[in-house]
Amino acid sequence: MKIIGLIIAVLTGALLIYGTVDFPEWADPASPASTHLSPHFIEKTMEETSVPNIVTAVLADYRGYDTMFETTVIFAAGVVCFFLLRILKKEGPRQRLYRHALTGMTIRIRDGEKRPSVLDEFERIDTMWTPYDVIIKTVCRLLIPFIQLFALYVIAHGHHSPGGGFQGGVILGASIILLAISQDLRTAIKRMSEKVDAILSPAGVFIYAGTGALCLLLGGNFLDYSALASILHVDPVTARSHGILIVEIGVGVAVMATLIWIYNNVSSAGKYDEGL
Amino acid sequence: MPELISTIVAKYNYWIYITLMMIGLYAMIAKNNLVKKIVGMSIFQTAIILFYVSIGAKRGATIPILEHGHGSSHITHAVDYINPLPHVLMLTAIVVAVATLGVALALAVKVYNQYNTLEEDEILTQMREK
Repeated sequence: MKIIGLIIAVLTGALLIYGTVDFPEWADPASPASTHLSPHFIEKTMEETSVPNIVTAVLADYRGYDTMFETTVIFAAGVVCFFLLRILKKEGPRQRLYRHALTGMTIRIRDGEKRPSVLDEFERIDTMWTPYDVIIKTVCRLLIPFIQLFALYVIAHGHHSPGGGFQGGVILGASIILLAISQDLRTAIKRMSEKVDAILSPAGVFIYAGTGALCLLLGGNFLDYSALASILHVDPVTARSHGILIVEIGVGVAVMATLIWIYNNVSSAGKYDEGL
Repeated sequence: MPELISTIVAKYNYWIYITLMMIGLYAMIAKNNLVKKIVGMSIFQTAIILFYVSIGAKRGATIPILEHGHGSSHITHAVDYINPLPHVLMLTAIVVAVATLGVALALAVKVYNQYNTLEEDEILTQMREK
């Protein structure tokens, strides 16, 4: 199998390298990809949508359908992870570990055994492995608010600098995942429960598709944000800029909730109890 | 000879991506462990992302964020900015790749729960025994 795989890979690679003979040269300004549609985007974006970041304008406005269904794909991936892995039966682990916060002493309680009466002074830890590191916990607790603030900046400032809904949503999701890694999964779920994930994930897709449907109701085409001008009380070009911001927020919400949802399901194998 | 060198200089970026892509393809075909296959899939995706981004490059151009954004009648020329379209496509592709990677890992967890192993040959033996 290994030799067959190697032969297939080498043959395909050789064929593809032979195909590059016809490719345009590296960074050629006259290459076919840069001569048809992209000059229109670069030269007309500012007057048509009033967004200096061309990537954002193309993402959310010119190619709005594509991005809407990409968001739907992400939502679908989150739902698939949920249906594949989630175990809704309440079944605790066979043993639980508790650690005394002050002395670091650890006790193990098997399922069905009597619990000591002073369990309040103990904190529950994962049975597999738990980093008990004050430095990591403290640094992450200090960092997470700034990471989240930066994520909001990336979403809100996507019109003028590199950024947008996808990037900001990923950073927001990463901040909660960092909490789950540095403390434990139960702490992260206490902050952002499964129900919140399951509501926010489709809510983001709904914001996106709802904006498109609103444009339809106001007499424009689907996802033609210039139709929003009448309710936003601005001219049609600025309305397209504002419409892009609205759908970027929807994308950010959907991406954040879905990434956390996927992480929770995969890391705890659907038990939502003890995880990575 | 100088012609050959100029061809290599003009095209070597594609060759690097093709090499990366074939490493991913080989991992997907030949590796025995399911997680290694998933890693191979990710390498394959990375090669395609790099390929698309390199298509957008233009000599002497800058990132596709317009200078003099507001409040001036500055005329923008297409040669000054790189092609934004591949960046848009890959921006969404990266996030979708992460989401599909999550699905692949979820399936791997399911397989592990069922067979207590992620090695392909051991799974096949267990399936034949049943």
